[in-house]
Amino acid sequence: MDCSRRKFLKSACAATAAATLPISAFRLFSPAECRAETGKPGTRWIFLVDTEKCVGCGLCVKACKLENEVPYDAPVTRTWVERYVITKDGKPHIDSPLGGRDGFTSPKIDGEEIKPEEITKAFFVPKLCNQCDNPPCVQVCPVGATYQTGDGVVLVDRKWCIGCGYCIMACPYGVRFFHPIYKVAEKCTFCYHRISKGEKTACVQACPFGARQIGNLHDPNDPVTKIIMTQRVGVLKDEYGTKPQVFYIGLDRNVR
Amino acid sequence: MHELIVHGAEWTTKAGFVYPNEFIYWSIQIVMYPYMTGLVAGAFVLSSLYHVFGQKDLRDMARFALVFSLCLLPVAMMPLLLHLQQPLRGIEVMFTPHFTSAISAFGFVFSTYAVIVLTEIWFVYRVFFVEQSNALKGQPGLVNTFKRVVYNLLTLGAYDLSPEAVAKDKKAIKIMAAIGIPVAGFLHGYAGFIFGSVKANALWMSPLMPVIFIMSAVVSGIALCMLTYILIMEWQKFKAILAKGKGDESVELLRGVEMDVMTTTARYLLMFLVAAITLEMLDLIFRGYTQMKSWDVLREVMFKEDFVKIFILQYGLGNAVPFILLLLPRPTIKRLVVTLVLVLYGVFMMRWNVVIGGQAFSLSFIGFMHYHLPIIPHNWETYKEGLCGALTVVATPFVLFWGVNKLIPSLNFRKQ
Repeated sequence: MDCSRRKFLKSACAATAAATLPISAFRLFSPAECRAETGKPGTRWIFLVDTEKCVGCGLCVKACKLENEVPYDAPVTRTWVERYVITKDGKPHIDSPLGGRDGFTSPKIDGEEIKPEEITKAFFVPKLCNQCDNPPCVQVCPVGATYQTGDGVVLVDRKWCIGCGYCIMACPYGVRFFHPIYKVAEKCTFCYHRISKGEKTACVQACPFGARQIGNLHDPNDPVTKIIMTQRVGVLKDEYGTKPQVFYIGLDRNVR
Repeated sequence: MHELIVHGAEWTTKAGFVYPNEFIYWSIQIVMYPYMTGLVAGAFVLSSLYHVFGQKDLRDMARFALVFSLCLLPVAMMPLLLHLQQPLRGIEVMFTPHFTSAISAFGFVFSTYAVIVLTEIWFVYRVFFVEQSNALKGQPGLVNTFKRVVYNLLTLGAYDLSPEAVAKDKKAIKIMAAIGIPVAGFLHGYAGFIFGSVKANALWMSPLMPVIFIMSAVVSGIALCMLTYILIMEWQKFKAILAKGKGDESVELLRGVEMDVMTTTARYLLMFLVAAITLEMLDLIFRGYTQMKSWDVLREVMFKEDFVKIFILQYGLGNAVPFILLLLPRPTIKRLVVTLVLVLYGVFMMRWNVVIGGQAFSLSFIGFMHYHLPIIPHNWETYKEGLCGALTVVATPFVLFWGVNKLIPSLNFRKQ
């Protein structure tokens, strides 16, 4: 068989060209292009939590679990409520049994009963996904199964997630977990299926005290936007550079 | 009906305040992953020391290390697949790689590396393939015919044994080995980057992480190659003793070769061990000195919760003791075996303390999580993310080596 270098290179080039041709039928999407395809234009969903109003009833957690089909008795949840009890020695006592789903009926925290006269202050803090402007979970997903919509909500594609858990590790807020049934990454979506139809999220609707509100940052007349623009609000774990979009009224320095 | 399993709940216990969704999500298989890729990279670097830098003293070791790194290759991928919640979708990393993620590079780096290792092995063994094919020509029997077909295929049609062709092979080996070193380094360094770049994790986040990972990778790779080499040589010695008696010349020859190869390789091991320990200490001291927000909880984990695992088992038993044993005069094979086992154990504990230790504290910084390795599996999940899954991963390269070594013998010292 005669196989000179020239011949070999020639046929190698031809074979490569023939093999690449069908690949050109595929299209490369840029993330920005994809983002423009999803979400309402002119909308940036944001959330406001008024910790002064929260009484720790857990109705939001219940509503979320039922609305979003997160197994009711599983110890994982898309949103949860934390109880903070600060004693005279300055020590914070924190708990969130079952994510606060059934409210806080026991005076015991972590098996320890705290005497009322020892308490200097106590409050509840609801938590949920911060739908960050710079979401580390989206950055680390190796297959692009989690993405940010044009209106700012981070979603997971259950059909594409490989379940590596990197996004769970990357989230500084601990809001992500593996769905016990679908076996893929799961998180709060601001009830995207509801808000995109003009409804409130399940937790906002369930809260009897108005401690939770959802709004659109790009709408200057939105009541939530007005509060964020005119009042003093805080965010959680600013230091990670994630630019969280869940704002808190009455945030205490003890909040983790 | 699907089975309802909260991933991680099985083996995690919590203390203090831990967020509800926090569990030990990355368990034993993620400890195995950097450990196994480390062994691959280390074995390859060891073989390249001979091929590229012409370290003649490593000649016997180099060939074995190269073939062994081939056997370790599929095993670097295995723990990842065993850990995925959707293992069948693992291939998506190749289809839709999301390049801002450190993991997305895995498929590409790994395949590049595999191609390099395979190419180099082919060049190293091409002459052997041709010789085998010629030797088996005309020999009767179905097995011989089959073997000849296999060797014919392995030659890829390149039967030229002229001195020029062989010289070209040598040159190609050198080039492949030279490209292979940075790729092996990258393969493992980026495993370190996967951890080092997680800003949410106070223990992992460090720019030193990739370098630390490379150093410990080389340490573990060299140690494993040495250990396997000793085991095989002892077995050959044992066979020679059985066949020819204890005082035979061939037994003495084997003993001499073994000791020579081992003392020289041990020097390289010592060098990389020093580099690895230095970097780890630097990282620890820096954290202690800068005392960032996370230091309180890290200190609690390092000096209280995981003190035994980090300072006694990893630094003490896994680093300090083998360091001293390597420096002691008049080395013996027995002492070396103990040293190597300890080194391998030390690197394993380092991986453990990074992966599991990084999840030992809550993101709340006031809670702790403990990992209980599932020993006896009672479902698929506790098998693959338990002791049995880890042992499966450990056993695989040896099984592969047994098979591969039949085709491309890497231990025929007597011929040389």
